[in-house]
Amino acid sequence: MSSTFETIAGLISEICDIPRETIKPELHVTEDLGVDSLDFLDAVFNIEQKFGISIPLDEWTQQVNDGAVKGSRYFVLQNFCAEVDKLRASADSVPAA
Amino acid sequence: MSEAPRACAAADMRIDQFQFVSLVETLDISAAAISCRARIPDDHSIFGGHFPGHPIMPGVLLTELMAQTCGFLLLSLNGFAKMPFLASLKEVKLRDFVGPGTELVCESNRVHEGSGYAVLEAKVRRPCDTKLVCTGTLMFRIVPFPNAELNQHMQARAQEVGLLIQQGNVILSGAKTI
Repeated sequence: MSSTFETIAGLISEICDIPRETIKPELHVTEDLGVDSLDFLDAVFNIEQKFGISIPLDEWTQQVNDGAVKGSRYFVLQNFCAEVDKLRASADSVPAA
Repeated sequence: MSEAPRACAAADMRIDQFQFVSLVETLDISAAAISCRARIPDDHSIFGGHFPGHPIMPGVLLTELMAQTCGFLLLSLNGFAKMPFLASLKEVKLRDFVGPGTELVCESNRVHEGSGYAVLEAKVRRPCDTKLVCTGTLMFRIVPFPNAELNQHMQARAQEVGLLIQQGNVILSGAKTI
C-alpha cells in the first residue's frame, strides 16, 4: 500500500487509539473503524499539517449529505488516501510566489 | 487590516451570564489575531468555595476566557456568518493564580484554518506583565448558526464588547484603522 496510507493509518492509530494492525485500506473510517467525528477532525488536522494540504471536509460532507455521492467515496481509507494524494499533487504543482 | 489598540478599563466579567470577555482591545483581521480585556469581579459566590481563605479564579473559567476570546476572533474573521463551538483543548497550562479584582488580557491567534474547523493559540496575562497566567491550544468546529436567535445574541454581544459589524466586515467600534 502507498506511503500515504501508511502515514495516515499511523496518525489515525495514534490519535484515535486504534491498533494499527486493524486499520485496513478497505475500511470506512467511521462506520468500520468507529472513529467519531471529533477524533476524525483531529486526524484531518494532523494530516493537513503533515502533508501541507487543505482537505475540503465541509464540501465532501455536504456532497454526502445531499446524496450526491456515497460516504464511501471519501471516507473509505483507500479513497481518502487517493484524495489526499490528489491534493498533495495539486499543492506541489502550485508555483512558488 | 490592523487597528490601533484602544486604552481601556475593562468592566467586570459577568460570570453568572458566562460572559467573560469585557472588551475587544485589538483586532487584526489580516494576521488573524485579537486581544481582549477582562476583569475578575472583586466578589463572587464562586470564591466561597474556590477556595475558602484563598480565593482564586478556577482554571476552567480561565480556559473559558481563552475560548471566548478565540470565539470572537473566529466570528470576526467570518463576519459573524458562522458560529464557532469549542471542540477540544490540545494543551492548557494554568501557570499562575489570579484572584478577585485582577485585570486580564487574553490574546489569541489562529494557527490553522481548516474546512469547518480552526485551531488557535491563546494566552492570558495581566495587562502590564509579560508573565503568563495561562496558555492553551484550542480547536473549534465552525458551523452555520443553528438559529437566528443565537446569531442575534452573538451580534448583540459583539456590540457590547466593542465590535462593529458592517456589511460582513468586523472592526473595532470607534477605532481608527492603521
